Amino acid sequence: MNSSVNNKTRRNALKTLAGGSSLVLGALAFPRLVQAQAEAIRIGFPVPLTGAFAAEAQAVVRGAELAIKEFNDAGGLNGVKAELLVRDDKLNPQEAATRTIELIDKDKANFIVGSVSSAVQLSVNNVTKQRKVIYNSISQSDTINEAKDWSRYTFHECLNPHMTAGAVARYAIPKMGKKVVFLTADYAYGHEMARGFQTAGKALGMEVLADIRHPLGTTDFSSYFPRILALNPDVLIVCNFGRDQQISFKQANDFGIKKQMKIIAPLLMHNGRMVDGHKAYEGIIGGTGYYWGIEASTPSSKRFNDSFKSLHKGLYPTDYAALGYAGVHNVLAAVKAAGTTDTEKVVTALRAVKGDLYKGNVYFRACDHQAVQSVLIVESKDRAVAANDQDIFSVVATENFDESKLRSCSELGHPA
Amino acid sequence: MQRTRTSRLAFFTAHPGGRPPVRLCRVYQQKTIDSYMELSFNLIAQQLVTGLALGSIYVLVGVGLSLVFGLLTIVNFAHGAFFMVGAYVGVFVFAKTGNFWICMVAVPLITGAIGMLVERVLVRPLYGRGIDYPLLLTFGLAYVMMDLTRMAFGVQGEPFEAPEALQGAVDIGIGMFPLYRLFLIAVTSVILFALWLFLEKTRFGLIVRAGARDPLVLRVLGINVSTVWLAIFGVGTGIAGLAGLLAAPMRGVSPEMGVPILIEAFVITVVGGMGSLGGAIAAGLLVGVVVSFTTLFRPELAEFSMFALMAITLIFKPNGLLGRKGLMG
Repeated sequence: MNSSVNNKTRRNALKTLAGGSSLVLGALAFPRLVQAQAEAIRIGFPVPLTGAFAAEAQAVVRGAELAIKEFNDAGGLNGVKAELLVRDDKLNPQEAATRTIELIDKDKANFIVGSVSSAVQLSVNNVTKQRKVIYNSISQSDTINEAKDWSRYTFHECLNPHMTAGAVARYAIPKMGKKVVFLTADYAYGHEMARGFQTAGKALGMEVLADIRHPLGTTDFSSYFPRILALNPDVLIVCNFGRDQQISFKQANDFGIKKQMKIIAPLLMHNGRMVDGHKAYEGIIGGTGYYWGIEASTPSSKRFNDSFKSLHKGLYPTDYAALGYAGVHNVLAAVKAAGTTDTEKVVTALRAVKGDLYKGNVYFRACDHQAVQSVLIVESKDRAVAANDQDIFSVVATENFDESKLRSCSELGHPA
Repeated sequence: MQRTRTSRLAFFTAHPGGRPPVRLCRVYQQKTIDSYMELSFNLIAQQLVTGLALGSIYVLVGVGLSLVFGLLTIVNFAHGAFFMVGAYVGVFVFAKTGNFWICMVAVPLITGAIGMLVERVLVRPLYGRGIDYPLLLTFGLAYVMMDLTRMAFGVQGEPFEAPEALQGAVDIGIGMFPLYRLFLIAVTSVILFALWLFLEKTRFGLIVRAGARDPLVLRVLGINVSTVWLAIFGVGTGIAGLAGLLAAPMRGVSPEMGVPILIEAFVITVVGGMGSLGGAIAAGLLVGVVVSFTTLFRPELAEFSMFALMAITLIFKPNGLLGRKGLMG
């Protein structure tokens, strides 16, 4: 009996020894492979590949791919390459939270970048905050800057509504008239855009005749127009995003809205104008974080555009493609500067990232990690005067931001 | 009422910071609406016409779904996907021919043919197995169709313009109204009239109606019921496709365009009565007008109003406005 037990123990010990030595041998034989598997820098990228913002999601993925390629081509972090883990958040906060948890816990993502919706990014941020993982958000939000949602691991690469809408208001209200009506998508982003515009507009004597809210994903705006026409404002301010914006402009054009008033979009979408053409966008003024056309005066933009086009078969980068690029690039630049993927060290390095990557100088403000950057005011360009079919906007003004135009740190609840 | 609001506004402005800013905004918003918008006859009339035009789109999408359900007892969850396919077929045919009117003929024929193929290959084996089998099949099929479209055309959407002759707005006496939406009301009327003629005045229509009541008797009489059902599925999906084409110049073309339409079509079918053509027409126009007037007074409730109407209808008329009893059984 005893001998049998001893035999079994001996056999088990031999088995363990054999298994262990084969693993060691394997590791010695393929050191690169083991290292790559253990240490590849994984960037989790939850974006709405399906749903109303799918086109913008596709654009940010393209931008992120360029950032990953550039990092890897430059040798990575001492030979360790980066990889992008793209997941579909379906434009749904719960789905995004689940995908982010999976990315961190199961796929061992080191960092999270992404989201193309204000509500969804807050849900992602909630997860990364709890798990102490760096999240660089690439979609518009004011809330993410505020102390109650923010954490040391939260970075905001994108412009926020306060900056974007504020810049557009300062440009447009003195030129186009003071009586305005808002047509606002009824969710966080729309409300923040309208609030940003009103804050800046109030100082300029703007008079709000009505703030009309429409549900997210509205496909027919016809029933909003008789009232807007009856209110007869100088300007209609359309605070929505993606396909909502496309459809509202198209239908506003059909109803002859522009014959009676001007239209302004605090954020004027690149993809919408590309798809629907000049006619529906004629005369509409709006803000954007990036337009490729600034390459004529900005060398960093020219370099980014050229690299993007060469990776994506001649495709021009859109506003959101540039955000996807900057979001991932800056995290990887911080990894390189820190010389490690250790979160705390990368946070410190990312706070110090500063420079002219693609649109002039951008840096993260110390108190809330908001990327301080310029806002471009653009207007649709007629095909007849455009250089090519990608030449869709003229930049009519640029507002260079400094921290004084942002909401102050104490206003956001951060310690001074 | 006006006095109360003004005094509340005065209170809140006098106490800045005393209440959450949201409350202040709401009162401010109400005050501005009262002060600036006059409820003129023209505004009400325009809102009514807008509602009827919106309703005619609802009718068009509701009628195809109702037809297939009423005659085949199939709850077609892929109805929105056929709507989307119609728009994409339109984009394709327009790129080849450059003629919107050719699209008007080609789209229902091609979408209808795809529908018939689906009926023949996928739906037919499920007849006689209960209502949930084709329901689940078409539910899955909708996702497959949407993803195939994404793969073939991309996610960014496609541009689609109304023909030059139908662009712009015209004066209809109470104000300007888009010519294309008037055209849409006319086309919907023509389609509904043609459908009525087909079902009520032709020999084939007689067979269809008899088949809907009692397929067994029809078989005994030596009529091939399968062909009848195949044709009806083709007509239903063909109309969905045509609706997609007609909606394209207003809503744009994208792989997801059928998703909200499916919901709208179901609301119309439920309010009008499952399987009732007359009900679909009445419900479509009613929903259009209700949505339009809710948008005027409480825009944030516009989407909700459609479902509220559905709930109220179901409480008082469980079979819908003109529905028959027990069709789901």
